[in-house]
Amino acid sequence: MEIKALQEKSKLYRRNILKYIYNAKAGHTGGSLSVIDILNVLYNRIMNVSPENFDSNLRDRYVQSKGHCVEALYVVLADKGFFPEEDLLTLCKYQSPYIGHPTKKIRGIEQNTGGLGHGLSICCGNALMAKKDKSPVRVFTILGDGEMAEGSNWEAFMFAAHYKLDNLCAILDYNKLQITAPNAEVMGLEPLDKKLEAFGWAVRQIDGNDIEALTQTLESLPFEQGKPSFVIAHTTKGKGISYMENVLKWHHGVPTAEQYEMALTELN
Amino acid sequence: MTKYTFTEKKDTRSGFGAGMTELGRTNPNVVTLCADLVGSLKIDTFIKENPERFIQCGIAEANMIGVAAGLTIGGKIPFATTFANFGSGRVYDQIRQSVAYSDKNVKIAVSHAGLTLGEDGATHQILEDLAMMRAMPNMTVINPCDFNQTKAATIAAANWKGPIYLRFGRPVVPVFTAPDQKFEIGKAWMVNEGKDVTIVATGHLVWEAIQAAEILEAQGISAEILNIHTIKPLDEKAILKSVRKTRCVVSCEEHQANGGLGDAVAQTLAKNFLAPQEYIAVENSFGESGTPAQLMEKYGLSAKNIVEKSLKVIQRKQ
Ligand SMILES: Cc1ncc(C[n+]2csc(CCOP(=O)(O)OP(=O)(O)O)c2C)c(N)n1
Repeated sequence: MEIKALQEKSKLYRRNILKYIYNAKAGHTGGSLSVIDILNVLYNRIMNVSPENFDSNLRDRYVQSKGHCVEALYVVLADKGFFPEEDLLTLCKYQSPYIGHPTKKIRGIEQNTGGLGHGLSICCGNALMAKKDKSPVRVFTILGDGEMAEGSNWEAFMFAAHYKLDNLCAILDYNKLQITAPNAEVMGLEPLDKKLEAFGWAVRQIDGNDIEALTQTLESLPFEQGKPSFVIAHTTKGKGISYMENVLKWHHGVPTAEQYEMALTELN
Repeated sequence: MTKYTFTEKKDTRSGFGAGMTELGRTNPNVVTLCADLVGSLKIDTFIKENPERFIQCGIAEANMIGVAAGLTIGGKIPFATTFANFGSGRVYDQIRQSVAYSDKNVKIAVSHAGLTLGEDGATHQILEDLAMMRAMPNMTVINPCDFNQTKAATIAAANWKGPIYLRFGRPVVPVFTAPDQKFEIGKAWMVNEGKDVTIVATGHLVWEAIQAAEILEAQGISAEILNIHTIKPLDEKAILKSVRKTRCVVSCEEHQANGGLGDAVAQTLAKNFLAPQEYIAVENSFGESGTPAQLMEKYGLSAKNIVEKSLKVIQRKQ
């Protein structure tokens, strides 16, 4: 998909994220809005995955480590045709398979996540298997900045470099906020690029809400032969909705009717 | 039967928060740790009043448990707080080696236990934590039934020497116990005396048990209700005394049938006094999204089901 079309998709996806969260009266709004441009570029430009090839071992794989932002993923998968979009009207409702964290009950989802700090290890296993099988598939994951504090991630960082998993790409949705406070106050990550480089990863820093920058960067994978790739994607939590941007409470805020209308106007 | 009413519903996690506020004012050794869930654990007031006695650990629960164990050397009383899932299964080995085996005075205080956290679904709905924590030597396991009891349990936990797993929940539930009750760890609370069936219940299922007993009473059946707020050490004496009288028991918990309160009761009965038992518990299943009421209904954690199981267990008496 071309840049312009991708930019239009992001607008549509933001509208849909809000629509289904508003309908469900639940959901992780801020983090879904910050991550959506990355998911958009991955699914519509970078990864070789679709409903048609999902049962083939040759599909690229995506595991959402920051599972709580499942609304963003559901919206993209619906648009890709994995399931009818109207299904999302049941999001988080009783007896709906579209529960509040990624679940393999939904076609297109590789792995159940929700507890933080699991996704990267799973990707390591999958990427290593692909290497051993001499398979061309690539493996992607998205992490949250708060999530980066989990020790399991750092075990996986060591593992991926040790096994030279250059078919693995981890992307950080670096929106600078977590639940309680800014990331820098809760548990600072910096200097992150230096840490990851010291762990043996090839690192790039970009504006993670810029479709063009995301496209260019992800099209140049792997950043270095023999090293796993890490994208520090600087994003804005609540991106696109003025009253949500960089506001802590929108981590899992649900808009009122009035706020919802206002958001839609802003997106148009 | 003894009449219980409530004028308001409150979340048990707020009871924990109220207990922490009081401890902050009365016990200078109490320290609180959290893994990026301050709002969910209701500890804002404690932090505001005692900023130097709060340690934000970030989303790194394993490290938090180790840090808590380290804080006890020299006499602090750390309360390590997060969701029940991330304060039990995720950090089992940290708790086992650094807290329980080392017999450290760490309180692991966890919210959002069980199905009733609602929308977040199965990943967060821990239903195995009581089993894990019960199995661990040196560990005391507490699961109070309402706001007031959770507050009292929190204060009692600080005064108890040794590791404690204190479990509570997210939704609002009826407040029916006394505001300034004495909380005795390990001592069952006789909620209602009866003679036909013993209902042992923990957590907010005590309220469901009371509702069930009222329905049973209308059918001429007298149910004895024990509130087992302390799963370990279990008040075996109270349970045996009751079951020797009624000769049958229904156990009620928001937990897997495997390894929780029900199994603790069954073990006691098998060793001491055989009697038929029915379980109100989740049967070998993960949870899903839904409102607390919908999920309680679907998984049979309801007064209605307690009534049915009571009638059944009475039938099974010799
Ligand atoms: C192991 C674990 N601990 C705690 C939580 C509860 N939790 C859900 S989201 C979240 C904050 C995540 O912050 P971040 O990774 O920065 O995500 P984002 O801001 O992108 O939403 C927390 C603490 C969890 N899901 N898993």
